[in-house]
Amino acid sequence: MTTTLVIGLDGHESGERVLDYGKRMAGLIKDSELLVVYVVEWSPYSFQTPEENAQRHKRRDEEISLATERVIDPALAKLKEAGVNARGVVRHGHVADILNAVAKEEGAEQIIVGRASNQGLVDRLFGSSTSTLVMSAHVPVTVIG
Amino acid sequence: MRKIFIALLVQIAAIAAVGPALAQEAMSLDAQVNQTFAAVTGPFVSFIFAPIPGTSFPWIVMWLVIAASIFTIYFGFVQFRFFGHAISLVKGDYSDPNDAGEVSHFQALATALSGTVGLGNIAGVAVAVGIGGPGATFWMILAGLLGMASKFTECTLGVKYRNEYEDGTVSGGPMYYISKGFKQLGIPGGKPLAILFSIFCILGALGGGNMFQANQAHAQISGIVGEYPGWITGVVFAVVVFAVIVGGMKSIARVTEKVVPFMGIMYVAAAIIILAVNYDQIGWAFGQIFEGAFTGLGVAGGFVGALIQGFKRAAFSNEAGVGSAAIAHSAVRTKEPITEGVVSLLEPFIDTVVICTMTALVIIITGQLIVDPATGDYMMNGSMIATVGGTSGVALTSAAFGSAVSWFPYVLAIAVILFAFSTMISWSYYGLKAWTYLFGEGKTTELIFKLIFCAFVIIGAAASLGPVIDFSDAAIFAMAVVNIFALYFLMKLVKQEFYSYRERLASGEIKKFKG
Repeated sequence: MTTTLVIGLDGHESGERVLDYGKRMAGLIKDSELLVVYVVEWSPYSFQTPEENAQRHKRRDEEISLATERVIDPALAKLKEAGVNARGVVRHGHVADILNAVAKEEGAEQIIVGRASNQGLVDRLFGSSTSTLVMSAHVPVTVIG
Repeated sequence: MRKIFIALLVQIAAIAAVGPALAQEAMSLDAQVNQTFAAVTGPFVSFIFAPIPGTSFPWIVMWLVIAASIFTIYFGFVQFRFFGHAISLVKGDYSDPNDAGEVSHFQALATALSGTVGLGNIAGVAVAVGIGGPGATFWMILAGLLGMASKFTECTLGVKYRNEYEDGTVSGGPMYYISKGFKQLGIPGGKPLAILFSIFCILGALGGGNMFQANQAHAQISGIVGEYPGWITGVVFAVVVFAVIVGGMKSIARVTEKVVPFMGIMYVAAAIIILAVNYDQIGWAFGQIFEGAFTGLGVAGGFVGALIQGFKRAAFSNEAGVGSAAIAHSAVRTKEPITEGVVSLLEPFIDTVVICTMTALVIIITGQLIVDPATGDYMMNGSMIATVGGTSGVALTSAAFGSAVSWFPYVLAIAVILFAFSTMISWSYYGLKAWTYLFGEGKTTELIFKLIFCAFVIIGAAASLGPVIDFSDAAIFAMAVVNIFALYFLMKLVKQEFYSYRERLASGEIKKFKG
């Protein structure tokens, strides 16, 4: 049976280290697949102008193709080069929720993410996406420093 | 027709543009704008509010109420039976996770609400209670409940017949469902009707969606800083609106969109606190509302006066049957147009049954309306009920809140300005959609409309309340004349959708994704 590992990328420099670690893990497991996930931060409960609503579908498509082009494709290219079996996906929502949901859907063994890339005031008050994920995930989470 | 219409708009816009130079004339600029405006719009206003022969009851009010009642019966009291389902939909219980990132039901509802919750709820209710007495509240609530069915009908159609363009953007609203729906049913006349609707929609956008807002925002500001010419407020507002709709200053719009819901919640919270403090009078206030609803308690026109005011202000506030919400709701991405109709029925509920009622209760409970101790009826000051500070409109609401919480008028002033602003942004979009329906999509045609829209902000702030409120009401109700006429033909299409949806929901074919 294939072992799936979910790799959460946020487009920051820690992504390289996350990918490297994923690659190493994939090498250790006999039949494995890496699922590279990029989450576009989005809430169904935000407030928008009528004009933004009318253009939402278009913007969503643009966001997905931009994330695929800038984050997912380069990561997949690097993994394929190293001979690792990998897929990519872009989703909208909250990072922690989506990574957890994808891991559940795919029956993944673990989630690998980078340490929170910015430690602003909001993160300190409410916790970063990474800390939320660690607290709420249904599978083991590895945080790369 | 098109040329005459543009000529008229340009003429009125020109009056605003040459404004400051005229201020030196014997008559003040504000007075001139006022006089010209009243003269130009007079005949249109008289037609819309013409009474049914032999009565004093405006035919337009009857038109709206009958329509809302017919839709209520035709769809089997959908507003009560599907109320819980509407809340589930807004919570996202039925949203497919794969559609994340599209416009959610919540967002479509919030956007439509920010276009309707505003001055209608604060100033409009004060006008209703000030003229029609507490009894107007009863009719307002009833109109709000019935109006939920009208909203359901038009918003379902808005989603079903919207235009989806290749680039992924959408345009929807009555002009689209009228022309496409009539064509589908093989009924002639869809296109001319859609054009007529668009013309009224542009007037409504410039009237209720713009001038009334600018006017009341000015009243609110001058109530705090002292009297000064209205055109100054108008120019400031026009510049900010210009920055957003022409300059693409999304940041301003975004800040407003975030602050407005917060203000709305704060407004209701303040009202609840005032009611809680005066809890012993709530029973008395409801007594006044029920008694006044059927007797009028001495107001001009008796109970009919209360009824007319209640229905009028409810329609103006929640816009059910007007067709504007159908434009806002049509952006939602759903496979089932009915779901958006169901969600939209919450709009008149929140707007009218909750928020408007709060305003009315606060005005009544804080004793703003002067009662004649001898008769127990209200003291009249002309056609209006005499108030403690001699105030009307938004100033009356402000006085009511201020009598309980002394600093609240300042918060209310900020709320009014923000509500006015967000309503203007919403209506600039509704008006624009009607405009592009008539003249085609394109940068230049869009810019012309946006400039006219900004010019009307100045006129609205400068004119006095009477003519502005008359024109705003007339223009918005004119939209309802065309929209409801079309809805009578199109409602059977909604029924087909509704029955099919209801069956699939009962059979479990339509599933919850969470909850």
